[in-house]
Amino acid sequence: MSNSTLNISTENYKRAAVITVSGRVDSSNAAEFDAALKNALAEGHHNLVIELSGVNYMSSAGLRAIVAAHRESHKKGGDVCLASPSERVAEVLSLAGLQSVFTVYPDTLAAVGSF
Amino acid sequence: MGSKHTLTIPGRYEKIQQVCHFVAQGAVQAGLGESAVFHIELACDEACTNVIEHAYGGEDVGEIEVSWQVTGKQFVLTIHDHGRPFDPSEVLPPPDYSDPETGPLNNSRTGGLGVHFMRKLMDEVTFHFDGEGNTVTLVKKITGEVKRKA
Repeated sequence: MSNSTLNISTENYKRAAVITVSGRVDSSNAAEFDAALKNALAEGHHNLVIELSGVNYMSSAGLRAIVAAHRESHKKGGDVCLASPSERVAEVLSLAGLQSVFTVYPDTLAAVGSF
Repeated sequence: MGSKHTLTIPGRYEKIQQVCHFVAQGAVQAGLGESAVFHIELACDEACTNVIEHAYGGEDVGEIEVSWQVTGKQFVLTIHDHGRPFDPSEVLPPPDYSDPETGPLNNSRTGGLGVHFMRKLMDEVTFHFDGEGNTVTLVKKITGEVKRKA
């Protein structure tokens, strides 16, 4: 049974914005997650790193936000990659068939360095 | 056959977590392991989200009645609503994200994941409309690899 709170923070680097997410992402708060990703893109960061090590639960609503950000990022010539997804997030990505769509890095440093 | 446990919530996204915890606690009581408990919680979440999105067409339209029961070697979860008929055959499967032609860069459709998740996570999934509402029944087999109660 997972933590109920969702925490999102954004750090801007020269080549990418890092969105660090923790807690539970579900249909009650996926709009907040979606907005954070869209805000980063709207501010001109076409490359996004989503740090997911602290996410203990993600439903399909959270995945839809990531997929939408991936599409918008590519339209602007950027990309979205994932850093250290928790076991639960990795399982949900696999269930959706998304594991081959996103490059996954073991930590944020490696992910930012890939851009 | 074990007793039936029921919780009714308003059809609101913020209430789904409450019912997920109710169901997860039941799965723990039934002796299911951590992975199976997560699968049941996620399937319940997706089913309740579907009720709000499809059967009710929005939040605060109607209630969702969630029940669990252990019958033999099965954990049986039912989700009942009073909304319009939900026909799972009308829900397109999610796109094949690994295929460039249908993947997320060429396809804005992101629906269909909820029903897909339910079917992948549970051993049996059935949908029934009785004229007054929908009932989704989700079954998880209780296998030998369970967490025994202390």
